[in-house]
Amino acid sequence: MAIPISYNIRNLRLRKGLTIMTALGIALTVTTAIFLMALLAGLQRAFVSSGDAMNVLVLRKGSEAELSGGFDASLLPTLKNLPGIAKDAHGEPTVSGEWVVVIVLPRKDGTGEVNVTVRGMMPDGLELRPRVKLVEGRWFMPGQREVVVSDSIHRRFSQANIGDTMQFGKGPWKVVGVFDAGGSAYESEIWGDVNQMASDFDRQGGFSSAYLRATDPVAADALKHRVSDDQRLKLEGILEPDYYAKQTRSGTPIKIIGWVVAIIMAIGSSFAAMNTMYAAVAYRSREIATLRVIGFSRPSILTSFVFESVLLSLLGAAVGILLMLPFNGMTTGTSNAVTFSEVVFSLRMTWAVVGTAIVFAIIMGLFGGMAPAWHASRQSILSALRD
Amino acid sequence: MTLSSFVVRNAFRNKRRSVLTVLSISFSLLLLTLMMTIWHTFYIDQGAPNSATRLMTRHRVSLTFFLPGYYREKIRSLPGVVAVAPMTWFGGRYKDDKPENFFAQFATDPEEYLKVASDKMVPADQVEAWQRDRAGAMVDTELAKKYGWKIGDKITLQGTIFPVNPELTIRAMYTIDPPNRALYFHAKYLEEAVAFFKGQAGFFFTRTNSAQDVSQVSQAVDDMFHNSPQPTKTESEKAFQLGFIAMLGNVKAFILSICAAVVFAILLVSANTMAMSIRSRTREVAVLKTLGFTRSSVLSLFVGEAVALSVAGGVLGVMVAAGLIHLIGKSASTLGVPGGLRVTLSTMVVAVMVAALVGLVSGCLPAYNASRINIVEGLRHIG
Repeated sequence: MAIPISYNIRNLRLRKGLTIMTALGIALTVTTAIFLMALLAGLQRAFVSSGDAMNVLVLRKGSEAELSGGFDASLLPTLKNLPGIAKDAHGEPTVSGEWVVVIVLPRKDGTGEVNVTVRGMMPDGLELRPRVKLVEGRWFMPGQREVVVSDSIHRRFSQANIGDTMQFGKGPWKVVGVFDAGGSAYESEIWGDVNQMASDFDRQGGFSSAYLRATDPVAADALKHRVSDDQRLKLEGILEPDYYAKQTRSGTPIKIIGWVVAIIMAIGSSFAAMNTMYAAVAYRSREIATLRVIGFSRPSILTSFVFESVLLSLLGAAVGILLMLPFNGMTTGTSNAVTFSEVVFSLRMTWAVVGTAIVFAIIMGLFGGMAPAWHASRQSILSALRD
Repeated sequence: MTLSSFVVRNAFRNKRRSVLTVLSISFSLLLLTLMMTIWHTFYIDQGAPNSATRLMTRHRVSLTFFLPGYYREKIRSLPGVVAVAPMTWFGGRYKDDKPENFFAQFATDPEEYLKVASDKMVPADQVEAWQRDRAGAMVDTELAKKYGWKIGDKITLQGTIFPVNPELTIRAMYTIDPPNRALYFHAKYLEEAVAFFKGQAGFFFTRTNSAQDVSQVSQAVDDMFHNSPQPTKTESEKAFQLGFIAMLGNVKAFILSICAAVVFAILLVSANTMAMSIRSRTREVAVLKTLGFTRSSVLSLFVGEAVALSVAGGVLGVMVAAGLIHLIGKSASTLGVPGGLRVTLSTMVVAVMVAALVGLVSGCLPAYNASRINIVEGLRHIG
């Protein structure tokens, strides 16, 4: 017969101080783990949600990123004539030749300078990215020294309000709009007219990349192969989601550090939980013996104590999750390992993150409770009763 | 029996509890030491004396823009400058694009590079062989060990930024502590193979006469190119490397918040243990007081016990951390950590002191409660 759960709950309530302190220790570990996992979940989302399955990104063969690409502008008409490209508002193929450069901007809070991606695009570039929405002002005009900035750049950097002028390249650029990229990698970019940008950075006559919009995802796949297989072009087509999926490795340093920290802390707090449970067993040795005399079996006593330990760590997990809630949605940035520029992302406490944290806490509880519970179930009845 | 031996005996009376507490504290201290070491290496350590005399000059806008090659002679003409080498990040692939096969590759001028990076040890005959062979390369001994390269071996790199696949012959191997696992080859090779790169350089690596010259020279360089189409940004080697770390995000806040969490965790564990052990000794305290021990001596007995346990955990944690850092320190430089990681004596002392302090704080409240125990009630206490 199993010992009722209320027995464990009452025991935890009886020794409040001990329970609270142990649970707090576990909560700290859980908080740290959630923080790191939420960071990674946010970063993952920034990359995964960036790609549009209908878009084919064209780079020079052998180059891995837009920044290290670069091909002659004379190839663009050939790309435009490939079959399978959707028509834009003017009935022309939706193609955008683009220039991507990285510039340095000072952070608003004065904590140093950050590399930011600047993207010059053709008018079709906006049509290619229907998920990006203008939230303030207007889009840049072709042929003008105007830029639109992403919402997060608008918030994080000085001189990024509508009407401000930014200094980069060969002179001032007027900020005319703010766009919302819905948490994608574009969230960290500044957009302007490609011809203006290229002349500012002395890169006329070429593009670092081109974007083609296919009529549907199946056509996109065919288009990708058509670009890569054309011997004249020496170019490579990549589906946009694939390109961004590759960049998620930017999170690797955070991932490694995060897990090392979380595991070391977890081992430390497991020992603390073990201590608490040993004390609980020691205080109650007479009680345990009595339970045995009444007829509760060894396995049921073992289960009961393990359960109590898990309950303790779940309490810790709950406190940890509550502690982290205010940080959900906080924005931060890290460096993109492929483009060397900043990726902005927010902490995201997804259900998966919370679930993993709870499992993490349960493992700590099991690890901490197993030995004391075993010890409890093995006690000799007679000597315990005589104590 | 002296007071201190009384404390030590009491601390290890309940062996299991003490061992678990010490282990728990030591894991926290291990983490604390790791974090403090990283902090020390990033923000306090000035790097090797050699590194303090070196400067990096890059394009003001971004590292991804090239600078004109003639800047080199202009920088050289400044007073205090000893040598200037052009450097270009090649960023090629070796074998495949797996991250574990990635290592740094730079195109430079072999004649002058070693005058700037004079802390790289290379046999003189190898230097000469490398300088003579335009398709020659110099590699880190550790990197060569990883791939089993020997002098005279041929390797091919695949360009990703530059449309060229250099075929290089290994002519020289250098050693440096800590190893940086990089490869250097002739900038001339790259200039001949890639038309758009002719007469350009990624950044300039400059050595000055003394560390005092660094700030004045870097100011002079930036002033010189201030109004040119390619303005520059010059900073010390250390600051240049820190720039990459700063890009990872708000590293300072990250380290500090982990440290705070860890210290708080030790506080909880230690206070918990003391509360448990004092509670089970209520009767003993009453006996001590009956024997004539004053409140303050009872207080110091228990606080001393808490400190002893924390310090034991601290010493263990710091020692394990030192061992771990020694193991990973060698590979850390590949992750872009400047100068590798080293635990300094001061870091260790500070970590143990933190442990002692936390023990002191955590022991206070339970010990204070114990010292106030009423003798009669204490003697009657069952537990």
